[in-house]
Amino acid sequence: MRAHNEIIKLMHKYLDGDLLKEEEVTLRNHLENCEECQSHFHELKRTLTLIQSAENIKAPSNFTENVMKNLPSENKGFKYKRWFKAHPVLTAAAIFFILMFSGVFTQWNQDSELVVSKQENLIIQGDTVIVPEDVTVEGDLLVKNGKLIIKGTIDGDVTIINGELVDEELNGEGLMASVGEVNGELHTVDKMFEWLWYHTKNLFQSIFSLE
Amino acid sequence: MEQFIREKIKQVKKGDQAAYSEVVNVYQHKIYQHCYRMLGNKHEAEDMAQEAFIRAYVNIDSFDERKKFSTWLYRIATNVTIDRIRKRKPDYYLDAEVKGTDGLDMYSQLSTDDPLPNEEVESLELQRYIHSEISKLPPKYRSIIILRYLEEFSLQEISSILDIPLGTVKTRIHRGREALRKRLRHV
Repeated sequence: MRAHNEIIKLMHKYLDGDLLKEEEVTLRNHLENCEECQSHFHELKRTLTLIQSAENIKAPSNFTENVMKNLPSENKGFKYKRWFKAHPVLTAAAIFFILMFSGVFTQWNQDSELVVSKQENLIIQGDTVIVPEDVTVEGDLLVKNGKLIIKGTIDGDVTIINGELVDEELNGEGLMASVGEVNGELHTVDKMFEWLWYHTKNLFQSIFSLE
Repeated sequence: MEQFIREKIKQVKKGDQAAYSEVVNVYQHKIYQHCYRMLGNKHEAEDMAQEAFIRAYVNIDSFDERKKFSTWLYRIATNVTIDRIRKRKPDYYLDAEVKGTDGLDMYSQLSTDDPLPNEEVESLELQRYIHSEISKLPPKYRSIIILRYLEEFSLQEISSILDIPLGTVKTRIHRGREALRKRLRHV
């Protein structure tokens, strides 16, 4: 018969699933004949059953929150990046508007020269465009960064951007020397907002008029 | 689940802190429970479980993605709790055992309004008693017994969690079982 210590080693090997076939026979034979080892083996197995019934507990409900609060602060750029990722449509819209307005903006700031749409028979004096009395302008007229004096007739829309329509009366030619005829709409654009509105309107008009 | 965690860890490594909250969510109960079993009281368990998650976050770059994250996390939690046990001051917590009362803590001295049914009290008391006996084991045996029998890791897994050879794990688990047998034989 082997020493008890040897047998106890076999018991632990058994509990770890490491017991070889012949060792199993040795252990079984010994246990049949040795009460002391039997109760030792029984106590070991019972101990393991007991500790496995230990209570289950859960972390407090705000545990994750507390951990997140105590983390060192993160890279700032990441917060914006995450927001953009979470709102792709808003991000796309924001980028679109930034690009569009900055485009219109630079146009507004750069063009301070007098611009007149191509029409014949117009007289240009400095920053003033004059439509002579006997002239009929066919089509739309656009004047940018300048004054417009109409003595003749315009068959179309008139648009004045960043400028004004000058009345004849100011020149002291009498009451009857009235403003010439405009057979269309007259627009005067001289504010940033209207300038934007004009552009947007034009944009949509060019999109939707499929000619 | 493995894949999900792997994905989240990648995001955390890139600097996305919010992804880490999902990692904490998945493991919070296991890690908290592990700390509770190691330390024996809820107050310290919460502090140390938090500490373990924070350390894991701070050192996330040293985590090898080819390995299991849970193994790594358990190792940190075990080390944090063992450090804590070593540094322990004689603080008083409500659920720390009251001297000379043999297993009673301050909770048992507070009156409770809703008496539990008898059987439940018995099993709860037994569980607490068993737990306190596990808590009396030296930390190096305690961690292995807890990992093996309460958290059901294989010996091989325990060896990689604690970063010690398999042979050492076996020696310690034998001693731990014998120590517990002596303490619990009369239950």
